[in-house]
Order: sequence, then C-alpha cells, then structure tokens
Amino acid sequence: MQETISNDVSVLAAERVSKSFGNVPVLFSVSFDICAGEVHALIGENGAGKSTLMKILSGFLETTSGAIRLDGQEISLPPDGQAEALGIVLIHQELNLAEQMTVAENIYLGRELTQHGFINSSEMARRASAMFAEFGLDISPSARISDLSIAQKQMVEIVKAISRNARVLIMDEPTAVLTEAETELFFKQVRKLKAGGTAIVFVSHKLHEVKEIADRVTILRDGQWITTKSVEEFTLDSMAQMMVGRELSDFYPPMNEADVDAEIVLETRNLNTKNLKDISFRLRKGEVLGFAGLIGSGRTELFEAICSLEERQGGAVQVSGKQADFRSPAEARDAGIVYLTKDRKAKGLLMEQGMRPNMTLFALPKFTRRFMLDRAAEQTALERGIRRFDIRARNPNCRTRELSGGNQQKLLLAKIMEAEPRIVIIDEPTRGIDVGTKQQIYHFIAALAAEGMSVVVISSEMPEIIGICHRVLVMRSGRITGELTGDAINENEIVRFAAGLKEERAHG
Amino acid sequence: MADIMTNQVTGARTTTMDFKTYGPAVALLLLCVIGFMLNPAFLSEGNITNLLTRSAFIGIIAVGATFVITAGGIDLSVGSMAAVIAGVMIIVMNNSIDTFGTGATTVLIGCGFSILLGLGAGWINGMLTTKGKIEAFIVTLGTMGIFRSLVTYFADGGTLSLNHDVRGTYRPVYYDSILGLPFPVWVFIAVSVAGWILLNRTTFGRYCTAIGSNEAVAKYSAIKVDRIKTWTYVLQGLCVAMATIIYVPRLGSASSSTGVLWELEAIAAVIIGGTVLKGGYGRIGGTIIGALILTTIGNILNFTDVISNYLNGTMQGLIIIVAVLLQRSDWSRRASPKN
Repeated sequence: MQETISNDVSVLAAERVSKSFGNVPVLFSVSFDICAGEVHALIGENGAGKSTLMKILSGFLETTSGAIRLDGQEISLPPDGQAEALGIVLIHQELNLAEQMTVAENIYLGRELTQHGFINSSEMARRASAMFAEFGLDISPSARISDLSIAQKQMVEIVKAISRNARVLIMDEPTAVLTEAETELFFKQVRKLKAGGTAIVFVSHKLHEVKEIADRVTILRDGQWITTKSVEEFTLDSMAQMMVGRELSDFYPPMNEADVDAEIVLETRNLNTKNLKDISFRLRKGEVLGFAGLIGSGRTELFEAICSLEERQGGAVQVSGKQADFRSPAEARDAGIVYLTKDRKAKGLLMEQGMRPNMTLFALPKFTRRFMLDRAAEQTALERGIRRFDIRARNPNCRTRELSGGNQQKLLLAKIMEAEPRIVIIDEPTRGIDVGTKQQIYHFIAALAAEGMSVVVISSEMPEIIGICHRVLVMRSGRITGELTGDAINENEIVRFAAGLKEERAHG
Repeated sequence: MADIMTNQVTGARTTTMDFKTYGPAVALLLLCVIGFMLNPAFLSEGNITNLLTRSAFIGIIAVGATFVITAGGIDLSVGSMAAVIAGVMIIVMNNSIDTFGTGATTVLIGCGFSILLGLGAGWINGMLTTKGKIEAFIVTLGTMGIFRSLVTYFADGGTLSLNHDVRGTYRPVYYDSILGLPFPVWVFIAVSVAGWILLNRTTFGRYCTAIGSNEAVAKYSAIKVDRIKTWTYVLQGLCVAMATIIYVPRLGSASSSTGVLWELEAIAAVIIGGTVLKGGYGRIGGTIIGALILTTIGNILNFTDVISNYLNGTMQGLIIIVAVLLQRSDWSRRASPKN
C-alpha cells in the first residue's frame, strides 16, 4: 500500500512547510502526508517540532512558508479548530472535554440536536450510545466526564471526533496515560477506524506501540525532517537512534548489586487505606525497589498514604526502625522520605512560575535566615540543580511551562532532592518524556542509589522497571501479589502477577 | 522547541512585565496631572495629606486582601467586619468609662478588643473555608451578612456614638500628625512595608503564591495548605482591625452604614494593582497604588464640576474594568505561545 502513495491519494499533506516564531525557526521545510486508511506515526524527541507540525496540519498554527493540501488542493486551513468542519480533528494531549457535563452533551457540544427549539437529550443519548455500541465500548452517555477514567475520556474524544465525520484524526500522545490493557483496547478502535478509511496521525514516545500500530513512520529531529519510511523498515533501535541522532548505548545504567544485608530504612506492616489491604514490605538502604502493576492497583495510594498525602487506616510504618505516623507531608519530608508525583503539571510544578521558586518550594524552610528568605541561597540551589540534573532552558528566568516535558521532570526531581531525602519515591519517572532524557533519568536514579539513597520506582513501563530495579513488587487491586528479584524480574512474571494469574502469599 | 521559543517569549514578557509593574503607577501619575490641570489646588499640601489619610483605611484593608486573593481566596466580609468591630469598640469604651475613666486606658482597651475581634473574625472565615471546605465566596458572603446585621442590632437600628470625653482622648489618632504626616498615613506605611516584606521575603508569602497558583502542587510540596490559607484570613482580620482603630476617632460613631462597600473598594484596589483575582500572583506595591487611585478619583471629582460627584462609582468601576482588561490581554499573550 505504501508504494502507491502520491499526492493523488493523500488526504492531507504538508509540503516543505517551515515555521518560525518571531525570528526563531522551529520547523525547516518539512513534508508530511497522510492517506486514507493509514496510521502515520510522527516521532521525535521533545522539542523536535511534532506539536508544531500537528498544529499546522489542523489549522491551529499558520505556516511561515510551504503549502498545505487537502485532497490535493492547496488550502489555507481556518484557525482555532474550525478545520473540524473540513474533517480534520486534532485530539490534544490535554483532553478538551467539559468535565461537569455528560458524555452525550460533550459529544454534541456546539451542535446539539434540537426539537422545536429545545435540546433533545434523549435523541443525543440514543445516538451516542449507538456509537459506543458500534465500537464495543461500555460507557454510559449519561455519565459525567469527571467520573470517567482517563482511558474512557480518550475514547469519548475519539467517538466525538468520529461523530463529526473526521477524515483525518491527529492524536497527540493518546497512550501516554493509558495502561497496557487500555492501550490494547484503544488500538482495537484505531484499527477499526483505519479499516473504515480514516487517516490517522499518531504521536507517541512509546516506540513499541509505534511498531505495533503504525503503517508509516516519520521522524523529526530539531525541526528537520529526517526520514519517512514504512514501519517494517525500522527496528525499535533504529527508530530511537534516528530520533536522538546518536548511538543509545547503555540505555540502562549498570546495576550495582544490592546489599541484601543493608539496613532496612522503610518498613510497613499491614498498612490499610480505603483501597489498600494489609500492605507489608521492606526497603533497604541503597536499593532501587520497583512497584509494578496496573494503573489503579494502589501503588500511588500506598506511598501517598505513607507520606501523609492520603488517609491511612491502621497498620504500622517504620522509617529506620522508628514509628513513622506522619501527620503532614512536611513531617515525612523532615524524616527524610519524599514522594515525587507522576502528575508534574497538576501536582508537581507551578507552571506559571519561574524555575527558582519551583526549585526551592519543597524544601523552603531550609532557605530561610532570620525568618527571611535567603535569595542568594535560592539562586545557588537553582544553579546547583541545573548543573546536577542537566536542566536545559534557554533562559533561566523562563516560566516552567515553557520547558520541555523532560526538563520539567528533571526540575521536579531537583526540587524534591533539595530536601536531601534518604528515601525517594518516584512515581512514573519518565512519563511523556523523550528517549534521551529517559536515559538520563535512569542514570540519575542509579547514581542516587549508589550514594546510599533508597529509591522506590512506581512505573507502568515494564522495560524501565526491569532495567533499573534491584527488586520488584507487583500490586493488584490494593494488594501486593508478588515479589521478584534478580533474573526472575521479567515481563512475563510481572504481567502474571499484575493480572492476577499468579499470586504468592508470603512477601516482604 | 520550547527551549528555542523561550527567547521570543521572554522578549514579549519583559515589556509586558514592565507594563504590568509600572502601569498602575503611570495611571496614578496621569490622574494627578489631570487633577492638577483641572484645579491646581489638587497638589496643595493640605489636599495631598487629606488624600493619603483617606486612602489609609482602604489601603490597610487592601494589603490584607492582597494575601487572601494571592492565596486564591476572597474576603467579602471586610466592610461589615469593620462596622461591627467599630460598633463593639465603641460599646466597650463607653462601658469602660466607669472603671477606667476617659483616658488612654479606655482607648487602649477598645483597641485591644478591636484587634482580638479582627483576629477572631478572620479565624472564623479561615476555618470555615479550609476545615469546613466551603467556598470562600460563600463563607464570607455569609459572614458579611451576619456582621452587618450585628452592628445594626447593637446600634438598635441607629447610631452608636462614642462618649464625648473619650473622643477627645482618642481624636489625635486620626487628626494629629508626626513629622508632617498624619498618624493614619504612618500606620498605612508601616502596614505596607510589613506586608511587602511578608509577601516577598518570607516563606509565608511564597506559600501564599504557591497555593494560589495551584493548591495541589502546594500540597505535594509539603505546604500546610489549610494552615496558610487560614492565616491569610486572620491577617485580613488584623488589617481590618487596624483600619477600624484609626477610623473610629474620625467620626466617633458607628452605624449600619459604616464601611459599606469597603470590601469592593479593597478588592478593587488589589485588582487595579495587578494582583491576579484567581490567585498565584500578588503585588503589595500595586495594591497601595490601587488604593491611592481609587481615592484620587473621588478627590478629583470633588474638585471639579466637569463630572458630577455622584458619578464617583462609575469612574471607579470603569477603572477596575479597564485594569482587568489590560491584565487579561497580557495573560493570554503570555499564555498563547505554548508547545
């Protein structure tokens, strides 16, 4: 099929498109086309120009030079999402749904069905539910968006797009927040759409997914078009290499042998919360302990409960042998145990503020002298953090939201480390960041453990759990169902514990 | 790409930041020029001190409001709170005369009560908002009504008047000057300086900004969100109490019409000064200028016949809307170039 591609069959094409913001060029003469019934993956590191290209293809941005063709005709796309009327729909990474409205209301938002001038809710619900049935989705049209899981919201967005007769569907990292099971479900829908003739642009950092779902792959690097080839011509490694532009040797850092006799720094016994049942485990000094499991299995809740971000209902927690019933996250911090959230935009960093206030916010009491903030010390901390974690910003005074995802994650890590913890819990350390930065973060984690810090890594990405952890605990439905060490840490075993095919009673 | 774009974004930001910082000051300067052109007496020493003294009440309250708003809250009860504090102060002082005479002791007792009431009222607002988990708008709308009706009840629908002799003792607090500046202006300056330091140079101020920017981030940054938020309301109460202490000797009375619409003037001063209503960015300097702008408008209208004095509210309203319009266009421009 790929061989026949030409301008005659491509639904939407960008020809030698360039884009500059002010006098800063971000895309250099990039060509890209998408055919009916095809999934075309667009990959590249953060900052490679993927978002800009997608916004140009959907009319949210204008080109500086070059042409956009729809069905072969040169066209200037209308701005602000009005290109939807032409069948071009961009699904943003941050989903654009009205949280307090129902599923059906969202699907028909802006073009409500009416009868005698009044909104015809029952007809909208009937049609929405017919669409869900067609896709084999179990979502009630009368459910509120805020009650849905992220995967379900994603599906609603897609159904909404389809219901608008989308011919071109452009999706920005749709699987970033989905579990593997949810991703499978999602891909099933994508294949259906593809079979129905929809042209799909798929952006993802997860290369194995690209391999699985895409027909063609285009790689961008630093705003330049690198290549467009059929997916069969790539291996995972070759994709990663072309994205980064260099060899990715030592993707995972060498693992120091964990000292099995090292002192126990954190121990829980029969910890309970609303959704957790009798959690008992131990963490040793210098250990990297992985927590695997499906999203919603209770991993985040467990550590939020330990750090007093979430309510606890009984059970004992000991830090270095001492009872640790923290009444606030501040007490946990002062005891040397810190939690780094997986949701850096909503819970991790102040996006509208600069880097400095973010860097020192978590450990702010440390930066006071005679009740006043010590701004010189703050500046030193910022410079130290930037150096230590290789945070790259053009301008040290820029706002946090202007940083790329990878640099935000490094800033968050630096912020948490300012508290000089002995135990650090990192929830989804590499969500939504590019391959190069991922590698850096893995090396940081290994270095922290080598310095004697204990690290807990909560992750839904199997390869990283396997690549960096000394020991792995698997959780399912609020319980620890299995423990893996050494060579036993492999994808197969983790999945079996996580999915409930296997369970062991004794652990710790 | 975000990295590459930073340059351009920052370029735009420097100018808008400058505008944001100096905009209110330029507006105030412009108003003064207009005032002077309409009537040169506007810049007479007498009028300037009068203007500053009058700004003091709203200014002091607005400094407190800056903290509440920066931390993402709102306090609508300050006007009624001032009224009820003034009322109770007068009752307490009148009843202390038998025991303590009409001297400074009585006045100090009154002032002490004022401070306690301010702190207490602020604490109630804060606890209801944080522990009670009720929207600040609702809580303070409720306490606004309660405080207002209480002062009406205490005054029995009329006016509470301070004993004539006590008034004599207390009078200098409003009318006397130190080093050429009236006492209320000194209080205003002291509160402003303390407020500026608190907001810009202490952890408390930083925490207020963080909470107003994003409460979840604040929580995950080990900030005791509820405690800090409660403190902003307590601080607001303290500011109201201090404003009341210098307000009472001016007229020596309190009634149900005392402090009417002060909450709106205080919030207006904060917003005109560049503090963002949804929280996360606060400016004490701007607030002070905002308070001065509001008073200056009224003052200019008093000086001229071009616009009726009755249109004072209209002018203030226009200024508020224009200030927010400028603020918003600025925000969206800063927010739009996003990758």
